[in-house]
Amino acid sequence: MNTWLRDPTAETEAVMRARRPPPKSLDGLTVGLFDIGKTRSDEFLNQIEKRLTERGIRSKRYGKPTNAKVATREIVDQVVSGADVVLIALSD
Amino acid sequence: MAEKLEARHRGATWLAARKIEYAADADPVEVCYQRGWTDGLPVTPPTDARVIAMLKGTTRKPDEIVGRIPPNLAECTIEKVAINAVMAGCRPEYMPVLLAALDAALEPVFTLHGVLATTYFSSPIIIVNGPVAKRIGMNSGINALGQGNRANATIGRALNLIVRNVGGGRPGEADRSTLGAPSKYTLCFAEDESDPAWQPLSVARGLPPGRSAVTLFQGHGPEAFVDQKSRTPEALTKSLALSLVKIGHPKLVQSARAIVVLSPEHYAIYREAGWDRAKIERALYEATIRPGAELVAGADGVGEGIPASRSGEQVPKFHEDGLMVVRAGGAAGLFSAILPGWLAGRSRTELQPVTKEIKA
Repeated sequence: MNTWLRDPTAETEAVMRARRPPPKSLDGLTVGLFDIGKTRSDEFLNQIEKRLTERGIRSKRYGKPTNAKVATREIVDQVVSGADVVLIALSD
Repeated sequence: MAEKLEARHRGATWLAARKIEYAADADPVEVCYQRGWTDGLPVTPPTDARVIAMLKGTTRKPDEIVGRIPPNLAECTIEKVAINAVMAGCRPEYMPVLLAALDAALEPVFTLHGVLATTYFSSPIIIVNGPVAKRIGMNSGINALGQGNRANATIGRALNLIVRNVGGGRPGEADRSTLGAPSKYTLCFAEDESDPAWQPLSVARGLPPGRSAVTLFQGHGPEAFVDQKSRTPEALTKSLALSLVKIGHPKLVQSARAIVVLSPEHYAIYREAGWDRAKIERALYEATIRPGAELVAGADGVGEGIPASRSGEQVPKFHEDGLMVVRAGGAAGLFSAILPGWLAGRSRTELQPVTKEIKA
């Protein structure tokens, strides 16, 4: 005879989604540079931006005000609509 | 017995949570481990009878949605809270405290997702004020921050189990803590309110006297503070400041709050001189202001530190509201404790402790 316990979880299942294949080239694409809000992320992203510019690759800066909170839906939508690929960076 | 009868006759119909069946000869504690439901310590198996009994500890309806638990932002009902409370070892009368703690944790300014996901040591620390603490037998005295008291141990544990089980927050997944801390299992205690001259933490944070409340703080600990020789409030304040400036790193500033858990013997030094909470907290804030030149990166041959541009400033360790004093501990011992806060508090307004009245 079986017996039972009550499930303490949210009873949800993770959906595994395949990653989009990375682009073969960044030519003509816009690279989103996303600062998660740590103290020195801007220093790191400034360097990346400089190198991308030297290679003629367009970039666009995004960010959130603090690493203590997740990005809002609005911020994510801005990135989705404005960039083709995104680099999320942190640095202390 | 009533819960067992109710479980036998009605439990399967009105409890909404999924039944997880297992063979009658299996050990239900091991089933919980196999399912990944524990924090590493054994849990009390959530049977129908235990869950029904737990739900009797609150007047809130089992299907009420408390909120969405990070990181998965999964809806959490009162029934799911009760199941996790059973597993943590709570008694039904702890439910109102646990529910207030969960309500506090879900306030956006508590940043529960960040507290879980950070590489730092922090987790929710729960401080209980008001008559409920005595009613449910919480410890604010000897070993208040340690083991041995069921309410202290299990209320804090239940909150962390809810994040794990309902929210899906597990170490190595969304929980990215580099080292973690023992306080991530549980850190929950009551404030010592035995001195009527002392303003309880909940009152300092805006609730009327005599109400029961929880205050949630993003931190870890405790870290020891020993001073057996200072005999004046001025000397003790300077002494505490020496330890407070070290949290995180002595040269990091305005990035973490802290709680000072003041023991009775240390408190007596302040009380006898007529110092109240506000005066102690202000004096500690001022005593932790230091010359920027000593704190800049590279000073004293230490790489860590603040930008060189601040070398001419007098730099506070904390934001002006960054220190909270809580009274607890046994009568003997010129020891107090520091509970360091999460270092992500650079923005004073984005990240704050939260106080909630305990209702049902």
